[in-house]
Parts: sequence; C-alpha cells; structure tokens
Amino acid sequence: MTRKRRRLYFVLAGMAILGVAAALVLTSFQDSLVFFRSPSDLAEKPIPVGRNFRLGGLVEDGSVEKDGVIYQFRVTDLVETVPVTFKGLLPDLFREGQGVVAEGHFNDKGVFIASNVLAKHDENYMPPEVAESLKKAGQWMPEAKN
Amino acid sequence: MAIDLHKYANPKRFLAITGAIYPWSVGVTVILLAVGLYMSLFVAPPDYQQGDTVRIMYVHVPAAWMGLSIYTMMAISSAIGLIWKHPVADLTAKAAAPIGACFTFLALVTGSLWGQPMWGTYWVWDARLTSMLILLFLYLGYMALWESFDDQGKAAKATSILALVGVINIPIIKFSVDWWNTLHQPASVATMSGPKIHSSILIPLLVMGLAYMSFFVMVLIIRVKAEILQRRLRILRMSELKEH
Repeated sequence: MTRKRRRLYFVLAGMAILGVAAALVLTSFQDSLVFFRSPSDLAEKPIPVGRNFRLGGLVEDGSVEKDGVIYQFRVTDLVETVPVTFKGLLPDLFREGQGVVAEGHFNDKGVFIASNVLAKHDENYMPPEVAESLKKAGQWMPEAKN
Repeated sequence: MAIDLHKYANPKRFLAITGAIYPWSVGVTVILLAVGLYMSLFVAPPDYQQGDTVRIMYVHVPAAWMGLSIYTMMAISSAIGLIWKHPVADLTAKAAAPIGACFTFLALVTGSLWGQPMWGTYWVWDARLTSMLILLFLYLGYMALWESFDDQGKAAKATSILALVGVINIPIIKFSVDWWNTLHQPASVATMSGPKIHSSILIPLLVMGLAYMSFFVMVLIIRVKAEILQRRLRILRMSELKEH
C-alpha cells in the first residue's frame, strides 16, 4: 500500500466515523432541535401548564376573532387543534390558513397564551395572477402541513 | 528532485489556464450581474404572498448556495491536498475561504432583513438559521487557523482536517428544513419534485445564481494567483538567505 493510498483510506474512514457520530448526536437531540411543536405532538406528549414552548401550525379557517388588540384563533395541523389568545401586533403575513409559530404557554383552561406570534410562509413562490388563476381552476393547494 | 519539479509545474500550468479564463470570467460576471439584477428588480413579478419583499430572495438565496458550495469545494480541495499533496489544492481552499465567508455573511444578513417583515423577527434559533451561523464560524475558524501557523505545510494539514470535519455541517444545513420543523420554509428549488417557484421568479433567481458563481471564479483566480506568487516569493527569499 502506497502512502497516498493509506492517507486516502484514513480520510475516508475518518469521514465515515464522523458521519456516524454526527448522525447519532443529531438523532439523540431530535427533541430539542425542533423549533416548534404541532398540536398533534402536544396530544401525544402534553406539556405542563405554565411551561414556555413554541406552538406551530396553520391558523384554522374562520377561527380568528379580534377584540381590540386581543386576538383569539385556533392553530391546527389538520388533525388536532389548539385555541390561542394573543395580545399585540401580528406580522403582516398572519391570516387564516397561514402557517404560524407562537411562543407562549398553556393556561389551566387549556388555552395557549401567546406572547409572540411569528408568521411562517411556504416554499411556493408565484405572481399574484398565477395564484388567482390556480384558485379559480380549483388547483390551489393550501399550505402543506409542516 | 523529480518531485520538486512536478510540484513546480502544476502551479505554472494552473496560472496559464486560469490566466486565459480570467478575462472571460470578468465579462461574464458583469453581464450576468447586470441582467440578473435588472430582471430581479424590474422584470420579475411580486410574489402573491410577500409582494415586493420577495426580491430579497434574489440576493439571499444565491448567496446561501455559494456559502454551501464554496465550503464543499474547500473540503474537496483540502482532501486532495491532504491525500495527494497537491500544492495548488491547499492554496485554492485557502483562497476560497474568505469569499465563502462573505457569501455566508451576506446570506445571513439578507435573511435577517427578510425575516423581519415576513416572519416578524430578525433572528430565531431554528435549525436552519443556527446551522448557517455555524457555517460562518467554520469559515472564520478555518481562516484563523491558517494564520496561526508559521509553517505553511503544517497550516495546510491542520486546516484541511478542519475543513473536512466541518463539511458534516453542509448536509445538516441543506436538510435541516426537512429533518426538523423550522421557521425557515423548506427548499424551493432543489427538491425531489422539482422547483416550487413560478418560472417568472425562478429564471431571474437562476441568472443571479450564475452571476454569483462567475463572480466567485473571477475572485478565486485573483486570490489563488496571489497565493502562488506569495509562495514563490517566500521560496526565493529562503534560497537567497541560504546563498548569502
């Protein structure tokens, strides 16, 4: 075996070990690497009242109620839904059917008290006319669950 | 002595080839950047959700692409330098690092400026944003490591190992939006099911991508040439010292 060959094998073996190590670390930290929890995650693993976390999902159609600066809406992942109240300014992209990530905690009535709401947008980009004609043709795909 | 000659021949050939490419890269960069910016700012339509804010994408997305691909290129160069002791490979990786760091920084800054109006925040610690910030630190660490050695051979070896270890971050950045839920949306262009961007927005984006790539080639040629000349100068000085 030449020295070059040996160095090549060393590098390849090193990279393979590193890859496995990284994969192990990332899988074991899976829970802390997610940015938000979906309503289904919460149904599976409930979070205690008062503990702060981020809730993510779509703003359910027809659920937004506004009373001054207090907003009430439901966040859904199309399986489970969570009622949310928020007092403050919402980002421009906030609307029904839109993805949101809310930071806050549950109160004892099971309502999520959001201290901050971020809008999440999807990976589709198109001119308004195209969006309009897709909607007309019934080809509109609402934001996928994410 | 045969090995020394071989080592010398390569940078020479490299300079000859890149010297011929360089004027073309300047021309292509200028044209593509002009066409790309014009298309992005004036021709491309606003997005149905984001309106004109979407134009930040034309600067942001290609910068992120370059940040990732330059690092990957550095890792490959480093592996070649480490295994086959190719002197130009080490110098290419060294020369590429500051360019990659600039693109990564540009992607982070423009992303932050885009995040404020769209998401409602300049920064969050989600997997995509955090792994991209780590990429910037890897670039900076790599550059600092080069400077911390007097012996160029040792520096090349140490930095090559850092570049190779750090390359593990590249797939993490790319797939962070698929593996974990993030505030950042999933990939729009390089997806299994094809681009999710309307062609009127995609084409200017790709032109900007090519413009950035050509810019990179142009600056890389200048920087590698400077590195090769610097190395020659060092060798000349050393041999002068020996003669006297």
